[in-house]
Amino acid sequence: MWRLFIFAAAGLYFLLPLWAALRFSLAYNGTGFSAQAYSGLTGQQGFGAAIWLSVQLAVVTTAFELAIMVPTTVYIHLRRPGLRRVMDFVTSLPLVIPPVVLILGVLTVAPSRLKATPFLLALEYVVLAVPFSYRALDAGVRSIDVKTLVDASRSLGGEWLTTMRCVLLPNMRVAVLSATVLTVALVLGEYTMASLDQYQTFPTWIVLFEASNSHVSVAASLMALFLTWLVLIAISLVGRSRRQAGGMS
Amino acid sequence: MTALFRPNQLVPGSGTAVQGPGGMGEPSPGGTSVGLRDLSCVFGSVRALDGFSIDIAPGEFLALLGPSGCGKTTALRILAGFEAPSGGQVIVDGQDIRSVPAQKRNMGMVFQSYSLFPNMTVLENVAFGLRLRRVSGSQRKTKAMSLLDMVELADRANRYPHQLSGGQQQRVALARALAIEPRVLLLDEPLSALDAKVRVQLRDQIRALQRRLAITTVFVTHDQDEALSMADRVAVMRGGKLEQVASPAELYDEPQTPFVAEFVGTMNRLPGKLVGPGRVAVLGREVTARGPVAVGNAGKDVDVLVRPEALALAPEHGANGIVSAVTFRGAQTRVDVLLWADMAVKVDVPSSQGATLAPGASVKVTLASDNVLVDGKVGDISLRLEEA
Repeated sequence: MWRLFIFAAAGLYFLLPLWAALRFSLAYNGTGFSAQAYSGLTGQQGFGAAIWLSVQLAVVTTAFELAIMVPTTVYIHLRRPGLRRVMDFVTSLPLVIPPVVLILGVLTVAPSRLKATPFLLALEYVVLAVPFSYRALDAGVRSIDVKTLVDASRSLGGEWLTTMRCVLLPNMRVAVLSATVLTVALVLGEYTMASLDQYQTFPTWIVLFEASNSHVSVAASLMALFLTWLVLIAISLVGRSRRQAGGMS
Repeated sequence: MTALFRPNQLVPGSGTAVQGPGGMGEPSPGGTSVGLRDLSCVFGSVRALDGFSIDIAPGEFLALLGPSGCGKTTALRILAGFEAPSGGQVIVDGQDIRSVPAQKRNMGMVFQSYSLFPNMTVLENVAFGLRLRRVSGSQRKTKAMSLLDMVELADRANRYPHQLSGGQQQRVALARALAIEPRVLLLDEPLSALDAKVRVQLRDQIRALQRRLAITTVFVTHDQDEALSMADRVAVMRGGKLEQVASPAELYDEPQTPFVAEFVGTMNRLPGKLVGPGRVAVLGREVTARGPVAVGNAGKDVDVLVRPEALALAPEHGANGIVSAVTFRGAQTRVDVLLWADMAVKVDVPSSQGATLAPGASVKVTLASDNVLVDGKVGDISLRLEEA
């Protein structure tokens, strides 16, 4: 009984705002409902450029994030397990340091050539995504016997890159996908840094467009949320099928 | 079963020998010799190996036996290239290979924990080392299947590791290690995670394969039954050092140190007294004390180490022992006796005799052997053989 009550309360807590947003985005002329805000979304001024920039930033950020964090996480588990607590602390710092402080610091020290490109944002997002990606990858590495798998691969003649590509990454697929989704979700939703850096990414576009058409702005937010959910569900399905078909026993 | 092949033979069906991955190549004809010379290894404040030396003959099956923390796995991992020694040499076929990375040493290894790659099928696991050596697809499939056939798992080729039992996974791991035609086969307690029945089956299979392939093999275990039943020679280790290396029979019958005597098999420790150079009195008899016993220590108390089968007992009212337990063990029966009311000893007797004994029976325990190993225990002398 209590379980049902808690479940219902939690469901209401999360779903009510979404329901309100959906209702608002579908509201038409104060009395009826219409999908006009959704159907006209892609034709709105600046939408295409903003989403394209965000997608590019998401791709670059994810690539950097994985290139840095996958080897780091594996290295910590393999060679420096005593540093795990230090890593837990260090990777939590972006959560407690306000993004405003980070961006102001970066803008102070970054070379002007880098400041002239929006991809400076990607480097900043890499830092912001570290707490999420590290935890996802850390959980993935903990679920496999990294040391034995690496030793087995090396004893068979596998160089480090081969071991990473053929043995570790396939067995960390779900963790890597989770880190990817979290990073992409962060990039698609980050407003402060993009705004201070004066780039029109998807979130800044939503905020700017709100002034002229708040229905479309809310519709865009819900679309972004819906797409992120779809990716998360896809990942959980991939993870389940992996466990059924070939996971570590 | 496919045709037998040796590590230095051609890949079945391929016509080409498997080459090492750019480092140490094929095994030497007749097997590979290994020498660990004065190895030391320190982890923080722990000295895992302390001047450990041993030579392994080509084609020999050597077991490293010892309690947890004695350094046996460290020695194996140094040989594999996974750990770097603090000092000493690792000699393979006359060459010091300390600077050769693990992936270029061409040593097959089977691990204690299940080490099959979960993302690959059984066939892909076995063929992995061949793939890295750029053996063509058809050749590596042929060879991988022949090895799976050898470990009787050809019908599981397309399964994933999690679909196999523990014993099957270790057999696949063995096939995978053998696929690269390793110079040396390294086995790091591969049976310890298996249940007793599977363990016995697999150890027989490993031994048979090793004999067929004549591959130099180093087997790490803390299980003396495994070591004694599988190895040509057994090296007993303690505290990072070699206590004794000998054939299983020699190790059991003629242990060189009290540690080896008590670690290998069951050993009773009885009070004795030196009665002259090389002579010791125990259980009312004077017998030869094996090993270098110091001269001029007559009258000193020592511990005498006697195996259960070197003791005899006979029912006798009011004698020196009381039977505390009788355990039937097939042809022999293990009788636990309380000697002089305060010392527990174990005696093995034929089961025909054991059947006549019951707990509480009064028995006389005597020494049935003419020579014993002694361990000094008094302050001014030390008869510990390793120090003598």
